[in-house]
Amino acid sequence: MNVLRRSPALDAAEPPAPPEAGAVAALGRFPWPRFLLATMALLGAVTLGVAVGPASIPLDATARIVLSRLPGVEMAESVPLLWRDIIWEVRLPRVLLAGLTGAVLAMAGATYQGVFRNPLADPYLIGVATGAALGATIVIVTEAPHSWHGLSVLPMAAFAGAVVSVVVVYSVARVGNTLPATTLILAGVAVASLSTGVTTFLMLRDTTHTLSVFAVVLGSFNTASWGEVIWTLPYVVPAAVVILAHGRILNVLSLDEEQARQLGIDPERVKLLLLGVASLATAAAVAVAGTIGFVGLIVPHAVRLIWGSDNRQLLPMSILFGAIFLILADIAARTVDQPSEVPVGIITAVCGVPFFLYLLRRARVGSFW
Amino acid sequence: MRALAEERGAAALDVRGLTVAYGARVALREVSLSLPVGELLGLVGPNGSGKTTLIRAVSGVVAPQAGGVSLDGDDALRLSPKEVALRVAVVPQNPHLPPAFTALELVLMGRTPHLKLLQGEGQADLRAARDAMLATDTWELAGRRIGELSGGERQRLLVARALAQETPLLLLDEPTAHLDVGHQAATLRLMARLCRSEGKAVLAAVHDLTLAAQFCHRLVMLHQGRVIADGAPGSVLTRERLRQVYGASLHVLSHPVTGRPVLAPDGDAQ
Repeated sequence: MNVLRRSPALDAAEPPAPPEAGAVAALGRFPWPRFLLATMALLGAVTLGVAVGPASIPLDATARIVLSRLPGVEMAESVPLLWRDIIWEVRLPRVLLAGLTGAVLAMAGATYQGVFRNPLADPYLIGVATGAALGATIVIVTEAPHSWHGLSVLPMAAFAGAVVSVVVVYSVARVGNTLPATTLILAGVAVASLSTGVTTFLMLRDTTHTLSVFAVVLGSFNTASWGEVIWTLPYVVPAAVVILAHGRILNVLSLDEEQARQLGIDPERVKLLLLGVASLATAAAVAVAGTIGFVGLIVPHAVRLIWGSDNRQLLPMSILFGAIFLILADIAARTVDQPSEVPVGIITAVCGVPFFLYLLRRARVGSFW
Repeated sequence: MRALAEERGAAALDVRGLTVAYGARVALREVSLSLPVGELLGLVGPNGSGKTTLIRAVSGVVAPQAGGVSLDGDDALRLSPKEVALRVAVVPQNPHLPPAFTALELVLMGRTPHLKLLQGEGQADLRAARDAMLATDTWELAGRRIGELSGGERQRLLVARALAQETPLLLLDEPTAHLDVGHQAATLRLMARLCRSEGKAVLAAVHDLTLAAQFCHRLVMLHQGRVIADGAPGSVLTRERLRQVYGASLHVLSHPVTGRPVLAPDGDAQ
């Protein structure tokens, strides 16, 4: 780069620092302090989620119960057995499942937004979540075997529903090489209404399974158990690894496909891979928690509004804040209307809709994509 | 890679009998041209003559119906997108740029083909981006968001991104369209200098024929998807050919210092 160094702008011994030198210095460095704070906030949310419930169990007893699960530690002899069961078998798996689901939905939302280059993409709005719910509903009402070669059938059926939805929405909404926000949302809403309609029909026709279908449609964690937490992990963890590895590539994809290709990326291959794993993770989350709307929309946007659009930060931060948001929403779901429980999807919608309206208002003023 | 190409005696770019069609519309018909190492080649021709299509075909964005493209002697159609991007950088004409990213982040995207999947940009990448931005007079924009920048500033950033890609071949599609006269000349002068002292090869589609004639070593004129002239600016830009290709009546004058062609329209003199 001899010529470049000899260019007139460089005649001075040291090149001039740009005005925002701080922004340049911060480049390429992962913001660990921010990340650690978010992780601590997540731990705080988990603690709160475990501590809050109809049975008032003191915090120190809760801590003893959880710590006693560590090998070689026994601090809970004095704690009633019922309390142990409530904390370990009911509250903790529920909180972890809510956190896992929130993390998946926010991660999938951020991924869809990046792949579609559209700030309104979200697993619920583009029909993926409702498609997954339809897939799960079909398995429930047909009483198909729930396990096949040791794998749970429910998430696979949900995945099939999710994939069909994303393929239909994508091919309908595509205009030439672009994916306009309006057609994407219209196609997504149309496909979502169709699958919701079919799901509702199946639910009403087959009254013996109404309650389990209802749980899938509205979203709830009140049947959470360790089993559900553990069997979603084989779907969710690989998806998260693949998506997090593609943060920088997603940034390049936020250019158009032609530029991405000229920078050495095969855009179609990357999009297929990311849509596949994001839909797989969404389907697993829907299979255990039902369709929970707006988490995938509001969490990535809040992160983007505060810290910017760099996917290398956006994706991990969305995962953390998605988990925090849904854990808090679930706490609200089981406390606002005691002793009965509000479906958590209602809480997220009540928080999500005003934010969504705000985004629409803002999008009219100027794109922040 | 450069030394290898010289060793083999291969041209930086060799296009043979390239035919490209979009559906039924044929955009390029059997185009052949060769670009040796160290040359700045101007691609000229009226709107819709196939300049952008040629750049898209060479960079692997559209697949040709017939013909071939060699980069440093390698068959481009057999190379992966990443291998192509290590050999060719493109400055596109009207690309979508994400407004929320900063200028420096955009230029650093030029380093994509040099990075592995999990690798972040290192010091070498930052240095390449900085040098490219200093050369294109964009370093002081580094921390600004793209959405706040003018068309000309964005265009210079795209040139910087292509330079940061550190490829032996550069393809520029109307790199001067949004620039003021000062930056127009500076951009083409930079390209000429890169060819001379770094042995890069540059193919630039330029609308302004006078500007192209001042800086390019050679011009190739496209008309209706075919090469109709290929040679020194003075031999390509003749009054007769300009009338035939552009349907315009232009006087071809001689630059008072360089002797290169300068075009002037007939005007409205009675």
